[in-house]
Amino acid sequence: MDLTLKVWRQKNNKAKGKFVEYKIKNISKDSSFLEMMDILNEQLIEEGVEPVAFDHDCREGICGMCSLYINGRPHGPDEAVTVCQLHMRKFNDGDTIVIEPWRAKAFPLIKDLMVDRSAFDTIIQAGGYVSVNTGGVPDANSIPIERDKAELSMDAAACIGCGACVAACKNASAMLFVSAKVSQLNLLPQGKAEAKLRVEAMVKEMDDLGFGNCTNTGACEAECPKEISLTNIARLNRNFYAAKLS
Amino acid sequence: MSKLLGSSITKKLVMALAGLFLILFLPVHLGINLLLLKEDPVPFNEAAHFMATFPPIKIFEVILLGTFLIHILWGIILQIQNWMARPSRYRVTNYSQTSFFSKFMIYTGGIVLIFLVIHFINFYLMKLGIVEGDPENFYKEAHDLFQLPGYITFYLVSFVILGFHLHHAFQSAFQTLGWNHKKYTPVIKALGVIYSIFIPLGFFIIPILIYLK
Ligand code: SF4
Ligand code: FES
Repeated sequence: MDLTLKVWRQKNNKAKGKFVEYKIKNISKDSSFLEMMDILNEQLIEEGVEPVAFDHDCREGICGMCSLYINGRPHGPDEAVTVCQLHMRKFNDGDTIVIEPWRAKAFPLIKDLMVDRSAFDTIIQAGGYVSVNTGGVPDANSIPIERDKAELSMDAAACIGCGACVAACKNASAMLFVSAKVSQLNLLPQGKAEAKLRVEAMVKEMDDLGFGNCTNTGACEAECPKEISLTNIARLNRNFYAAKLS
Repeated sequence: MSKLLGSSITKKLVMALAGLFLILFLPVHLGINLLLLKEDPVPFNEAAHFMATFPPIKIFEVILLGTFLIHILWGIILQIQNWMARPSRYRVTNYSQTSFFSKFMIYTGGIVLIFLVIHFINFYLMKLGIVEGDPENFYKEAHDLFQLPGYITFYLVSFVILGFHLHHAFQSAFQTLGWNHKKYTPVIKALGVIYSIFIPLGFFIIPILIYLK
């Protein structure tokens, strides 16, 4: 297939960015979106143009590094996949594809389509962990966990921290990410001891970093490649009130 | 400023509680308004008189006014923060699936606010004697207003927009309170849709019936 790409190019955070149009030919329907980007970059290198900077790592949908905003949707038109798992068969021959970076104050642009998502790491550092005291390794089955809770926790733990929720949200809110990370730990007995501290610290960090306020639009849930549910946000709210009230 | 008001979730909680209070108040107001459809002006005027003079309702009036102000102010603060959270806008519009009316809450809210200000000038200031009119005969004042096609149109538009606002607001308030449940959330959403259609319908059917009479 032959395509026209409109790619956001910006030297660095300070520079003014703009769209640059590229024509690309003979792309296989079976190639992935990032393979198409690789082909584009090779073409650019041959032409002596600086290649487009974009994030990626595992290319199998588990690391959360890939982050392209394609035709008005984070991770592109397919449901529940990351960009690296998006295939060109989702597009048609002759299409124009517009590619932008994630845009949020808390995700400052580094270059072209790459943004700095270390704000998520900062939130995790604030409370997204279970403090472990050293000692003998506990027996694997010594703590009984309700099956339902374990399932909910596992669902929340599927979050790969890609930031599509922030990118999709009209308020650039990080509530879906934070709620997944809080739920994952607060639902389990191991996370209970620090549940209140965790939720307060992580929400505070989220606010301080300049993410927006959730208005329950549901765009995050619709775009999340791991289908993290809005029920996690409701749980985050409940946990937060419980922490404040006690 | 924003620090004083607490975390994002606290601000949203205030927003939701104030909103729910207003949601409870609307049917009461509608109930009184329906008396306007009677030929006899006495029941409506008596109800209005009661609302204006019975002391406990004075307290309620202050709470109501405060709730409006809080809902408006907090809404504006949250919205400004949300705009600031994305200083560089996307060049292609967002095509993500969302609760449709959630995209326009600040605008639908703003239009309802304009309506409220005019409503306030019409009736509250009349009651205080600042604006000309007979505060003992709101029935007549309302009927007079409902003879003006311009006013009726404005009234209609305002309530349709209020319906849009409520459509998202109702279920959103429950989500903010943390009430999201497999079984009950669909019920809440359905109730929200019913509420956001029938309450505005109740309000704007009144001027239409009066005008046609
Ligand atoms: S909640 Fe979903 S969209 Fe948000 S960071 Fe996690 S995986 Fe990505
Ligand atoms: S590159 Fe790892 S999830 Fe896409």
